[in-house]
Amino acid sequence: MHRRQLFSLAVAAGIVISGSACKKKDEGGGSDAKGGGKADKGEIIIGHYASMTGNTAHFGQDTDKAARLAVEQLNAAGGVLGRKFKIVTFDTRGDGAEAANAVTRLIDVENSTAILGEVASSLSLQGAPIAQRRKVPMVSPSSTNPKVTQVGDYIFRVCYIDPFQGKVMALFARRTLKLDKVAILKDVKNDYSIGLADAFQKAFVAAGGTIAAEQSYSAGDTDFSAQVTAIKSSGAQAIWVPGYYAEVGAIARTAARLGVKVPLLGGDGWDAPELFTIGGDALNGSYFSNHFAPDQASPLAQKFVADFKAKYGQEPTGLGALGYDGVMVIADAIRRAGSTAPAALRDALATTKAYEAVTGKITMDKDRNPEKSVVVLKIDGGKAKYESLVNP
Amino acid sequence: MSTLLQQILNGLSLGSIYALIALGYTMVYGILKLINFAHGEVFMIGAYAGYFAALGLGVERYTDAGFPLYLAILVLVFAMAVAALLGASIEFLAYRPVRSAPRLTPLITAIGVSLFLQNAAMLAFTPNPRPYPAILKEVRFELGGVIVTNVKLTIFVVAIALMVGLNAFIQRTWTGKAMRAVSTNIDAARLMGIDTDRIIRATFAVGSALAAAGGILFGLDQITINPLMGVLTGLKAFVAAVLGGIGNIRGAVLGGLLIGLAEQMTAGYLSPDYRDAITFVILIIILILRPQGLLGVVRPEKV
Amino acid sequence: MQLLRRLAIATAIGLVLFGVGAWLQDGVIEYVQRIVLLAGINVILAVGLNLINGTTGQFSIGHAGFMAVGAYGAAFFGVKLAPVVQRLVGVGSVADAITFNVALLIGASLAGVTGLLVGAPSLRLRGDYLAVVTLGFGEIIRISFNNAQFLGAATGYFGDTPAGLPAYTSFFWVYAWTVAIVILIWNLTFSQTGRSLSAIREDEIAAEAMATPTTRLKVLAFSLSAATAGIAGGLFAYMQSGIRPEDFRFDKSIDMVVMIIIGGLGSISGAVVGGIFVAVTLELMRDLQQYRLVMYALLLIIIMLVRPEGLLGSRELPALVRARFSRAKAAGQGPR
Repeated sequence: MHRRQLFSLAVAAGIVISGSACKKKDEGGGSDAKGGGKADKGEIIIGHYASMTGNTAHFGQDTDKAARLAVEQLNAAGGVLGRKFKIVTFDTRGDGAEAANAVTRLIDVENSTAILGEVASSLSLQGAPIAQRRKVPMVSPSSTNPKVTQVGDYIFRVCYIDPFQGKVMALFARRTLKLDKVAILKDVKNDYSIGLADAFQKAFVAAGGTIAAEQSYSAGDTDFSAQVTAIKSSGAQAIWVPGYYAEVGAIARTAARLGVKVPLLGGDGWDAPELFTIGGDALNGSYFSNHFAPDQASPLAQKFVADFKAKYGQEPTGLGALGYDGVMVIADAIRRAGSTAPAALRDALATTKAYEAVTGKITMDKDRNPEKSVVVLKIDGGKAKYESLVNP
Repeated sequence: MSTLLQQILNGLSLGSIYALIALGYTMVYGILKLINFAHGEVFMIGAYAGYFAALGLGVERYTDAGFPLYLAILVLVFAMAVAALLGASIEFLAYRPVRSAPRLTPLITAIGVSLFLQNAAMLAFTPNPRPYPAILKEVRFELGGVIVTNVKLTIFVVAIALMVGLNAFIQRTWTGKAMRAVSTNIDAARLMGIDTDRIIRATFAVGSALAAAGGILFGLDQITINPLMGVLTGLKAFVAAVLGGIGNIRGAVLGGLLIGLAEQMTAGYLSPDYRDAITFVILIIILILRPQGLLGVVRPEKV
Repeated sequence: MQLLRRLAIATAIGLVLFGVGAWLQDGVIEYVQRIVLLAGINVILAVGLNLINGTTGQFSIGHAGFMAVGAYGAAFFGVKLAPVVQRLVGVGSVADAITFNVALLIGASLAGVTGLLVGAPSLRLRGDYLAVVTLGFGEIIRISFNNAQFLGAATGYFGDTPAGLPAYTSFFWVYAWTVAIVILIWNLTFSQTGRSLSAIREDEIAAEAMATPTTRLKVLAFSLSAATAGIAGGLFAYMQSGIRPEDFRFDKSIDMVVMIIIGGLGSISGAVVGGIFVAVTLELMRDLQQYRLVMYALLLIIIMLVRPEGLLGSRELPALVRARFSRAKAAGQGPR
C-alpha cells in the first residue's frame, strides 16, 4: 500500500509542477513561430490532404491524380519563379482526426507553402482552422459547404458553393423545364448532397414549385428500391438527386427498372465516366450541372482531358478537374505575388481575377469563393451534351 | 397496395441473398462455435470472382443477344469454386492453429482476417464501385402494379435450388451426415473415426460457395459491387442466422427472409436512414427475449 | 531506509515526468504534440476497455459508441456552458478550464448512463453473442448521431462559430486525466471489487456460487468503462474543430481492441503500452499509406497466431520490473 500511495503522490506532484510551469503556455497553440517555414529557395511544396483509403477513396485518388498531373506540367514548363513544385500527399482515411494530423504534419514537417484539400467539407472544416491559425493558405478543390471559407482569410476554394449550384438547377427545373412537383433523393452521409438538396429545395419552393417527396440514402448503399418505389407513388415530375456518380447511376437503373420514367436532375457530383458505365441508358433524358460540357469544352478543358487520359489511361472526373485547377490557381497566385511568403500568397489568391481554369473562369469574391458559371448538361444517347450556361 | 407488394417482393429477394450467406455462418458456428467474421468478405470475393469470370468470358460482347445460359452457369460455378477454396484456406491458415485457444483468440483472428481481406480487396480492385456485368439480360414485366424482373426470379430459383441441394447434401451424403455429427458433438464424432479436420474444412468450403452464389445474385440485383460490400451485408446475414437459431439450417433461411423484409419495410415506410439500424435492433431484441433464435433449441449449460 | 529509498524513486519519477511534460509543451512541433495527445487519449480508451474486456472478461467491441456519446456530450454542453461560465468568472483561461472539465464530466456521465442502458440487457449474454450485441449497439448509437439534426447529423458538430470547437485539449489536461484514470482503474482492479471482477472472468458460475453479485458488478464495470471512453471522447472532441459520426465507426472500436490485445488482455500497463503503441505506429506507418490498413490487419492475425497473450500477458509492469530485480539480487547473493 505504501508504495502505491507514494507513487501516486509523486505522479500527482509531477502533474502539479508541470501544470503550473506550463499552464500559461498551453493557450493559443503557441507555435506560430515554428514550423510552416517558407523557404525562399528550393522546391515549392504543395501539401495535399485527401482520402486515399477508406470508403471515399476514389474521390481523394481522383483529385490527387489530377493534382499530380498539374504539378508535372508546371515543372515541365520550368516551374514558377525559377522554382519547381513538389506535391506531398497525406491520406486522411476519411477520418476527422487524420485530416487534422495530416494538415499539421504538412505544415510542420513538410514545410508546405500552400495546402490543397479536402474534398469533403467536414474534413476541410477540420483542416482549415489549423491552416488559418498557422497562416498557411489553403485551397479546397471541391468542398462546397459555405462554412469552409468562413473559417478565415487564408482559406479559399475553387468550386462553386452549394447555395449557388442548387439555385441554378432549381430555377432550371422551374423555368426551363416548367416543373411543378419534384421529389428529392439525397445522400444523408454526404454534406455536399445535403447542402445541395437544401439549396435546391429553398429556391424551388421560392419560385413557386412544390416538393412531392423527400427520400434519402447513405453513400455506399446499393439498394434504392424502397426509396424509388415511394417516390413513384408521389406523382413527382422529376427527381433531384444531388449525390455522387456511383449511387446516382444505380438509382437511375433502379428507377428504370421500377418503371419510373421521369427525368433525374443532379449536380457536379455526377461528373465521372462511371456514371455512364453504371447508369447506362437509364440516364437518358436527365440533366445535371457541371463545370464544362464535353462537346463545347474550351481548348484548355479538352487538353486537360486528353493529357489526363494519356497519363492515366482513364478519363478524369469533375473532382479531378477541380484538383487540377486548385494547383494551377495556387501556382498562378505565386507567380503574381512574386514570392511564396504567406501573406503575399494569401493576397494574391484573394485577387485572382478571371483566371482561365479548366473548370471555367475563376474570380475570387470577397468570401474567397469563386464566381464561376455553371453549365447545364443533358444526357442523351449515353453522353452528356451542352444544354445551357448560367452566369453568376 | 401495389407499393406494399413491391416492397414485400424486394424484401424477399434481398432476404434470399441474406439467407444464402447466413447458411455459411450458421454451419460454421454449429461446428466450431466460432463467428466467422470473414464470411462477409468471402461473399464479396465471390461476387468479384463472378465479375472477372464474366468479363473474361466476354460478357460485353453479348449485350443484345444476352449472355448464353451455359456461360452464366460457368461463371456461377467458377465463383463458387474460388470462394470454397478461399474459405477452406482461411480455416486452414488462420482458424485451425487457434482452435484450442480461449474463445476470444479466434474471434479476434476472425476480425483480423476480415479487415485484411477488405483492405487487400481495396488495393487489388480499387475502391470504385463497379457495375455488375449483365450475366442475365434484364427483362421486366408488370404483374398488377408490381414490377418483377427476371433477376428477382432468378434469385428465388437459384436460392431455393441451392438450399434444397444443401439439405439433400446434409441429409443424404456421407460428408453431410458427418457434418451433422461433428456439429452435434465433435469429440464423439472424432471417436467414431470421422476426420474432423477434413469435415470442418468442407463445412467452410460449402458455406463459402453458397456465399459466392449470393454475391453474384447480389451484384445482379444491386447493380454495383465494391470491396466493402461484405461488411454490412455480412453482419446482417449473421443477425439473420442468429434470428433463425444459430446452428440451425432452416433457421438461417427463415432468418434471412425476415431480415430482408424488415429492412425493406423499414426503408420504405419508416425511413431509409434506419434500414441498417433495424437489423441491430432485431438482434438485440432476439438475444434478450429468445437467445436460441426462432427455430433453435435451448441447450442447457453443464457446469 | 526503505521509506527513504521509495521516496527517492518516487521523486525521481516525478521529476522525469515533469521534465517530459515541459519539453513536450514547448520544445516540440505541433505535429508531434498531436501524436502525444492522441496517444494519451488512446491510453484512456485502452485502460477503460481493459477493465471490462480484460479484467472482467466480458468482450465488448462497440465502445466507439460510448466514446461518441462522451464526445458529443462534452462538445455540445461545453459550447452551451462557455458563455455562462465566462459571465461568472470572466473571460480567460480559468473560465476555459472550468468549462472544459465540467463538459468532460457531463460527457462522461452521459456515456456512463449509456453504458448502463446497454450493459443491463446485454451482459446476460456470453462470449461471441455479447461481442456482436455490443457491436450492434455501437452502430445504433452512431446511426442515431448521424440522424440528429441539432448535432449536425452527418456533417458533424462544429460548435457555434466557423472556427469550430475551441482547442481546450492540451498536453497538461490529457496528461492529468490519463494519470487520474490509470490510477483510478489500478486501484479498482487491485481492490476487493477488482478481485471479484477477476473472479467473474475466471469462472462466473463459481463466483456466483460464492455470493458475488455478478450481474451488478458486470454492469457497473461496463458503465465505468463506458464513462472512461466518454472522457476520452470529450478530450478527442476538443482536439479537433469538430466531430462527426464517421469518426466513431466500428473501426474505432477495433482500434481499441487492438490496443489491449497488443499490450496483453487483462494488464493495465499492457493497455498503456498498447495505447501508445497504436498511436505511434499508425503514424509511423503513414509512409506506407496504402498498405497501412492491410499491414495493420496482418499484424492482428500474426499476434493472435504467434503470441496471443500480447506483450505483457496479464502481468503488470511494476511486477515484472520487481521480478527482474529480485532475480538479479537473488543471483548476486548466491545459492539460497
